[in-house]
Amino acid sequence: MDSLHRRIVALADLHGRTRESLLPILQGVVEHENYLSQKSMVEISKELDLPAAEVFGTATFYSFLEHRKMGKFTIRVCKTISCSMKGKNQILLAIKEMLKIDIGQTTPDGRFSLVETNCLGWCHKAPAMVINHEVFTELTPEKVREILGEYLKKEL
Amino acid sequence: MIEQHLLLKRVDFIFVQDTDWEKILQKSIQRPKQELINELISSELKGRGGAGFPTGLKWKLTSEVESDEKYVICNADEGEPGTFKDREILTRVPYKVLTAMAVCGFIVGAKNGIIYLRGEYKFLEKPLNEAINEFSYFCKKINLDFTVKIFMGSGAYICGEETALFESLEGKRGEPRNKPPYPSISGYRKKPTVINNVETLAHTYTIFKYGAKKFYDLGVQYSRGSKLFSISGDTPKPGIYELELGMSLSDFVDEFGDGDTKAVQVGGASGFLVPRKKFHETAIGYQGKLVGISLPTGGSMMLFNSSRSMYNLLDNYLEFFREESCGQCTPCRIGCQQLLAGIKAVKKGERPAPYLNKLLKLSETMQFTAKCGLGQSVANSFASIVENFREEMIY
Repeated sequence: MDSLHRRIVALADLHGRTRESLLPILQGVVEHENYLSQKSMVEISKELDLPAAEVFGTATFYSFLEHRKMGKFTIRVCKTISCSMKGKNQILLAIKEMLKIDIGQTTPDGRFSLVETNCLGWCHKAPAMVINHEVFTELTPEKVREILGEYLKKEL
Repeated sequence: MIEQHLLLKRVDFIFVQDTDWEKILQKSIQRPKQELINELISSELKGRGGAGFPTGLKWKLTSEVESDEKYVICNADEGEPGTFKDREILTRVPYKVLTAMAVCGFIVGAKNGIIYLRGEYKFLEKPLNEAINEFSYFCKKINLDFTVKIFMGSGAYICGEETALFESLEGKRGEPRNKPPYPSISGYRKKPTVINNVETLAHTYTIFKYGAKKFYDLGVQYSRGSKLFSISGDTPKPGIYELELGMSLSDFVDEFGDGDTKAVQVGGASGFLVPRKKFHETAIGYQGKLVGISLPTGGSMMLFNSSRSMYNLLDNYLEFFREESCGQCTPCRIGCQQLLAGIKAVKKGERPAPYLNKLLKLSETMQFTAKCGLGQSVANSFASIVENFREEMIY
């Protein structure tokens, strides 16, 4: 039994093996693996006795359940109207320049992935972004560089 | 008609901290259920998520259905662009929402409550769970059989639609169901379900605490009580404000505008854009007998000044809808794509200006044929932007 399989069994033990447990299990895998590989989705389908297509169909519906390989820290920059008006593009530019990646890409060391996302619910403190689940608001390019600097110090 | 509109009035119910929730819960569950329902009905509270269904009636309908299992669900999938009030309620006064859920459970005969929390608010899960633990401890103490748990969403705007939310809770893609049957008959797990927005529940707490009259005395005609407004965009004071319903948009802009307000988006991307020339004839509330236009809103108010391009605004909304459409029904899936491609083509000159009329027709078709509120409401912002700012779409 490899570690992924063990993780999925543990998640199924925790949340149950009914269809209703599927989302919490998918979320649990993303929490640890950063994304849902095909292998993990197949393993989950076996564990819950569901068709793999059902698992794949559900997983790909939700934007936070990434199914492409992602870095340890996924940066999601809000692109909806208020953030877009208040300088989202400068924020993106600062991130791209600092990490040398484009939207949809991951740094070669697997530390950061950069994506855009829809309304995060911080319009009064725009522009906003989340890194995994941590929220950052009222961003400026300087502030972004500082935040990423802190994340660069974290262990991989 | 202006006389009928209220001047802007700040009120403070929702965010007032109190330590009375235990008392209110205990007192409420000793009252006759019918009396509680009548209290809610006479307050004329309507759903604060945006759709505006009378809350008392919703609870009454669910209470009348015979079933061994029922559910109370708090809809915290706050995804409408420009809305952020529910997050603040759950951060600052979670016990009001939990109390309201328990009273609702008592009235309709449900033992289980679920808070569907959007994935973007994951950071709220821990503090909210702490509040739930304290709350459950008290429920046990007074022998009230009611539990609440949190279910995390994973980033899908459509899951704020109640039947899509049920699908998601059941571990599926968040694709809306056909209605009827309505949730009061067949909701989560096909069981009778009350599903309310976070703010709606918080208002019922106010009503149970102070009585219906105090709530009803605020507002006008069919728009009673107060409402939280999430204010953003070109304003010197963005934030969350509780205001009495029924104010005119010109008063609102006088208070929150930056002196150069060109247009206000009422109700988020699925709402309406109101241009400056119509501020004075627009009121904020549910459509009633007021002369002029009444616009309901889930609380999203976005202000734009004259430096903003209304084309960019519409482009941003349509991209949002194209990505968030669940793809289940054709009018919405294809419609959103075509509207976006259409305005881009007109802007670039690849299509003649009258092509906008065809696009308006398409949005109208979506309004009549899309399966749920998402596809149906794309026409709101589309038509109000294209009709009021046609030149900006072309040049």
